[in-house]
Amino acid sequence: MNLAVAEHGFLSPTGAEIAFVLIGLVVLGSALLVVTTRQVVHAALWLVVTLGGLAAEYLLLTAEFIAWVQVLIYVGAVVVLLLFGLMLTKAPIGYSEPPDSAARIPAAVVALGATATLLTVIVDAFRTAYLHLGDDTVGSTEVTGQSLFKVWVLPFEVLSVLLLAALIGAIVLSRSRSRAHSGRKD
Amino acid sequence: MHLVYPLVLAVLLFGIGLYGVIARRNAILVLMSIELMLNAVNINLVAFDMYLRDTLHAGQALTLFVITIAAAEIGLGLAIVLMVFRNRATTDIPELRELAEHKEGSV
Repeated sequence: MNLAVAEHGFLSPTGAEIAFVLIGLVVLGSALLVVTTRQVVHAALWLVVTLGGLAAEYLLLTAEFIAWVQVLIYVGAVVVLLLFGLMLTKAPIGYSEPPDSAARIPAAVVALGATATLLTVIVDAFRTAYLHLGDDTVGSTEVTGQSLFKVWVLPFEVLSVLLLAALIGAIVLSRSRSRAHSGRKD
Repeated sequence: MHLVYPLVLAVLLFGIGLYGVIARRNAILVLMSIELMLNAVNINLVAFDMYLRDTLHAGQALTLFVITIAAAEIGLGLAIVLMVFRNRATTDIPELRELAEHKEGSV
C-alpha cells in the first residue's frame, strides 16, 4: 500500500482525479444551494445539477450502467415527481418562507460535527488506498447485468414486488381523500 | 484514483444532506435532502466495489437497489406529504405539532 502511495502521490494527480475533484466541487456547490436556497423550485433545479454531476462521477469511476440509471431514474423521474409535489402543494414560486432560524444553528452544528468525525475516520483509514481503474469493463452494462441476473436475482425480484407495493400504496394514499368525501356524503 | 476522493465527496454530500434534513421547513425540501444523503451512500458503494474488485459486484447491485428504493420512498413520501397538505393546508414541518407534548399554558 505504501508502494502505491509512492507511485501515485497526492501532488501529481492524474487527469481523472482532476476531473473528479472539479465535478465534485460543482456537485457540492449545487448541493449546498439545494439546502440553502429560499426559492423551492430553484432547489429542485439545483438538485438536477447535483444528480447529473454525480452521474458524471460514476462514469469517472467506470460504473457506466449506474451512471445511466442515475440519469434515467433520478434526473428523469425523481426530480419530476418532486416538481409535481411542489406544484400540487401550491408552493410559492417566488420566495418561500425564511427557514427556521432556531433550527438552523443546531442543524449546522450537527452536520459539521458528523462531517468532521466521518472525515477524520475515513481519511485516517483510507489515506493510502488506491483505486486501480485500469480496465473499464468492470462497470459495463454487460458485467453489471450478468451479476444482477446470476447472483442477485432473488433480491431483484423481491425489489420489484416492493416497488409494486409502494406504487399501490402511493395510489391508495392519494385517492383516500375522495373516498372519505363520498363516504361522508352517504 | 485515490480512494479518498470519492469517500470525501460522499462524506461532504452526506453532511450537506444532514443539514438540509434538520434545517429545512418544507417537507418536500426535506425529501430532497434525503435524496442527497442516499446519493452519498451510493458513491461509497460504487467506490468500494471498484476498490475491492468484487467478483459478485455487490456494490453496484446494491447501488441499483438503493436507487430503486429511493424512487419508491420518494413516491410514498410525496403521497403522504400531499395527504398532509390536503388535511392541514400546510407542508411546513414545524407547524405539524398535533402529536407534540404541549406544555402547560400553551394551547
